[in-house]
Amino acid sequence: MSTALDEVQTPLNDNTAVASEAAPVLLSVDNVSLSFGGVKAISDISFNILKGEVRAIIGPNGAGKTSMLNVINGFYHPQEGRISYKGKTRKRMKPHQAAASGIARTFQNVALFSGMSTLDNIMSGRSLKMHRGLIWQMLHVGPARNEEIAHRQFVEGIIDFLEIAHIRKQPVGKLPYGLQKRVELGRAMAMQPELLLLDEPMAGMNLEEKEDMSRFILDLNSEFGTTIALIEHDMGVVMDLADRVVVLDYGQKIADGTPSEVQANQNVIDAYLGVAS
Amino acid sequence: MFYREAGQFKTTYADDQALLPIAQDRVGLIIVLAIAFLVLPIVASDFFLSSIMIPFLVFALAAIGLNILMGYAGQLSLGTGAFMGVGAYSCYKLTTIFPDLNILIVLLLSGFFSAGVGVVFGLPSLRIKGLYLAITTLAAQFFLEWCFIRVGWLYNYNDSGAIEVPQRELFGLAVTGPHATPETRYLIILTIVAVMTLVAANVLRGRIGRSWMMIRDMDIAAELMGVRPLYAKLSAFAFSSYYCGVAGALMVFMWLGSAEVEAFDINHSFLVLFMVIIGGMGSLTGCFMGAAFIWVLPVILRAIPPAFELDILAATMEHISSIIIGALIIFFLIVEPHGLARLWRVGKEKLRTWPFPYAT
Repeated sequence: MSTALDEVQTPLNDNTAVASEAAPVLLSVDNVSLSFGGVKAISDISFNILKGEVRAIIGPNGAGKTSMLNVINGFYHPQEGRISYKGKTRKRMKPHQAAASGIARTFQNVALFSGMSTLDNIMSGRSLKMHRGLIWQMLHVGPARNEEIAHRQFVEGIIDFLEIAHIRKQPVGKLPYGLQKRVELGRAMAMQPELLLLDEPMAGMNLEEKEDMSRFILDLNSEFGTTIALIEHDMGVVMDLADRVVVLDYGQKIADGTPSEVQANQNVIDAYLGVAS
Repeated sequence: MFYREAGQFKTTYADDQALLPIAQDRVGLIIVLAIAFLVLPIVASDFFLSSIMIPFLVFALAAIGLNILMGYAGQLSLGTGAFMGVGAYSCYKLTTIFPDLNILIVLLLSGFFSAGVGVVFGLPSLRIKGLYLAITTLAAQFFLEWCFIRVGWLYNYNDSGAIEVPQRELFGLAVTGPHATPETRYLIILTIVAVMTLVAANVLRGRIGRSWMMIRDMDIAAELMGVRPLYAKLSAFAFSSYYCGVAGALMVFMWLGSAEVEAFDINHSFLVLFMVIIGGMGSLTGCFMGAAFIWVLPVILRAIPPAFELDILAATMEHISSIIIGALIIFFLIVEPHGLARLWRVGKEKLRTWPFPYAT
């Protein structure tokens, strides 16, 4: 039980400083191309994510942002290019291997386990950290019980952090959308990821919910040192949260840099506003 | 009024995660178990024990098996009858090959054969989902039925083609075969079912049960959380088939006494399927409710006319009871599509807040 308490109190890593250019590269995407039949979703994109930063991926609809996340966590396998994560280059990776190596994500359309309670949903994020075998689970005594309680304790820390204690026992299917998004963030947090991919964490939220969510993302980044890559359409949010932004359009990278650099980039302005012909 | 958790504060997570966190539930369960273990064997008639309680427990166990697969892991199966058959036939083979082996051990071992067969026929679930998977499990049903008829070795080349349960003793008391009393058989079956239900509840609330529910609710997200679909689905098939196998072995050894292939046909699979649907998918209590509804209710209905000395033909009563059961199924599914267990839970929720329904 004591081990779990330590886990709660000591953040994942103590890299609390905002990423600077000197921070090591956590993930780098090199010349990745992905196509479905004749449709090229991503063509020849390279960028990197530094340890401890908040990296935004933006672009108009259909730019290939979600495909990019799917490539990163092994859901799609790119035809060309390579991805190195924590210095290791990988060829093909299954999603559960990505999960085991410390990549977690949330989904554009909430993908919670609708038949389970908030607590169970977040507990499910601990799956990879629980190791007791079937026999112990069947008896549910001793080590299996202690393991369950230790992880419950950890999960309660997340529930506190996200301020969702009041819906702990409720089935998630009935929760309002904003809370569902928050539970989904909690579920991803429970995996204690090194790299957290957020696919439109604020889509469809009102201003207050967006502000709450932004606060959680910033706290998560600074308190736990989690590296975050997020896709978001709300430019205000992106400019405030992100350390660096990569802009995609029609599967191609058109800009990469700090929010202010990207904002001033002519290609980006053209992509968003259109070009007079 | 009495069903209320006011004042029952949980100060540890262990308390909060207990199977029955509310004290009234615990007391209720103890009362039910006390009646089942202590009162019924003394009070109940042989007919009640051997025609109502024993089949009820067998079906409840089979329903738990199917519910683990269908209600918790989300994989449809129509092969329950065949998996029960595998349990029964392997129990028969084991006990005829090793006559001195303790019958309880034989019963529990036979489930493993069923689990193995279940895993093999669960392989298509890695590619196929939903109703299409149900169709592939039909292959298990028909193939295994064929084996039970054609492979003479399974029934020791008996001329009748049936498996006849030999007499086996436990502590000098006949527990199987014609000399076993209903009380003995009932108590053994009750013990096995009670223990196996507890084990199922434990597995379902832990990591493994959660991984099954993750696969059921959102398989893509489950995979991204590190659950391997291969392990999760096949372990669900194995666990579920184990329960079905033990239920099948108990059915033949503790209830029927002998069985032919017809005992494990597709109708049998459907019967268990209906129990799960009526009882409530994803609920262990529901398995018992479903088994009671589908098995016990018709027996009671058929017993009504003789009790009131009404002159109705047995065949007519059979039809009337089918009509009543059918109508009740429709009624309950309209009132609560999620089964009797959900109805029970909603009722308890209402009781908790009664008489102030808006106070939460």
